[in-house]
Amino acid sequence: MCADQAPQPDTSRRRAIELFLGGGILASLASFIYPVLRFLVPPAVVDLGGDEVVASKLGEMKPNSGKIFRFGSRPGLLILNSDGTYRALSATCTHLGCTVQYRPDLREIWCACHNGTYDLNGRNVSGPPPRPLTVFDVHQRGDEIVVSRKREA
Amino acid sequence: MFAPLIRWLDERIHLDDLIAPFKHKTVPRHRLSYWYFFGGITLFLFIIQVLTGILLLLYYRPGANEAFESVQYIMTRVQFGWLIRSIHAWSANLMIFTAFVHMFSVLFLKAYRKPRELTWVTGVILLVLVMGFGFSGYLLPWNTLAFFATKVGTEIAGQVPIIGKPMMIFLRGGEEVTGATLTRFFGFHVAVLPGLVVVLIAIHLFLVQRQGMSVPPKVEAEWAANPAARREMKFFPNFMLREMMAWYVAMGVLGALAAIFPWNLGVKADPFVSAPAGIKPEWYFLFMFQTLKMIPSKVWIVDGEVLGVLGCSLAGLLWLLLPFFESDKASRAKVWITGLSIFALVYVIGMSVYGYVAN
Repeated sequence: MCADQAPQPDTSRRRAIELFLGGGILASLASFIYPVLRFLVPPAVVDLGGDEVVASKLGEMKPNSGKIFRFGSRPGLLILNSDGTYRALSATCTHLGCTVQYRPDLREIWCACHNGTYDLNGRNVSGPPPRPLTVFDVHQRGDEIVVSRKREA
Repeated sequence: MFAPLIRWLDERIHLDDLIAPFKHKTVPRHRLSYWYFFGGITLFLFIIQVLTGILLLLYYRPGANEAFESVQYIMTRVQFGWLIRSIHAWSANLMIFTAFVHMFSVLFLKAYRKPRELTWVTGVILLVLVMGFGFSGYLLPWNTLAFFATKVGTEIAGQVPIIGKPMMIFLRGGEEVTGATLTRFFGFHVAVLPGLVVVLIAIHLFLVQRQGMSVPPKVEAEWAANPAARREMKFFPNFMLREMMAWYVAMGVLGALAAIFPWNLGVKADPFVSAPAGIKPEWYFLFMFQTLKMIPSKVWIVDGEVLGVLGCSLAGLLWLLLPFFESDKASRAKVWITGLSIFALVYVIGMSVYGYVAN
């Protein structure tokens, strides 16, 4: 047996032990961290709102006024025009997500956060909003004003 | 890989000076050395409590109308939520258990003697605080058992003469156990107690580091007779690695218990239903509970409960001051304290088992 070969088996044993120990510790850490990461992700909220909601009752709103209603987990805006027609849109501003309001004085939809305005068709006319508001369908069923998502053509 | 970073830090904050005390520190090595691990395991379980507690805080909502539902949500909807809660509950129980083991080992190895009286005193206060953690945390899921345990527990506090009633109202946040109690207990559990415990642990550990590990008198005598038998190991890395192995084992036991026996949630608390039959406090309060149960309702002219509460408080105070009754010289006090320790251990275990078995 050569003198300079003697340390060879020693170091390989050491390496094997290091590998097992390090691998074991890494595997344990992974098994601790994985559940924690999954725990941190909030479970998806079930949207029970569906595609249709009763937004108002007939005669509840004054002409030339707006009302925020709940559409699923988000707010919607129902407007009763002076001519007695209804209009419903998403009330979430496309800029940074504030809730918009109807301005009877301007006959426009206005976002108070950054002074964005939309016309009654939801088109972004001035200020920072980058996209128009989503427009919903409005029906009358008995004395209920029903808002539903527009069916894709 | 880390060498340049360590060099960079060392250049600026002189890491060597910081680590130096740990390098010189040694731990006595003898046949009873393994009892030294239980304090460390208790600390490890406390760290687990802090980490899992923070995770639970992400979803838990205090309040009589929401608490039970939010825990239910954690256990059924949040991924691995059942596991995190189960680890928190199991770790709490194991922590109290290892704290008791640590305390009795310190007692029987006589580690509380001069100059370590303050370490004992901070340790006993820590045990009381940890039991406070158990008591306040038990209410948080707002289930029936927790509701009645809190009712009885705060009622017992109310038995103390003069200060009892105001103390009970302070704890309950009113005359009765209500949502207000839950809000308070939540505050104690996540803010007040953690703050106090962290400060006391810091003092406790500082004293241990400063004074080193105590050598049991028996081993000390053997070493005095035969100085060649005296053996020590370095704290870092030798003892540290052994301690890490102990923590790893504790982790294994904890993980297995939490996964195989997930903690129950029970039924939502309703203040207007009767207490269920056979209701009992958590096991670590059983010995006190059973003691109170066995005292007759009237002893001479004193109420049984008042006598029990005062007796327990007095025993606790004597326990806290135990090291001060022991002198340096060989005396009858030493025998007396050993006898008392054995009596205390037998009493606590005996009463707990009796309380568990009795109806």
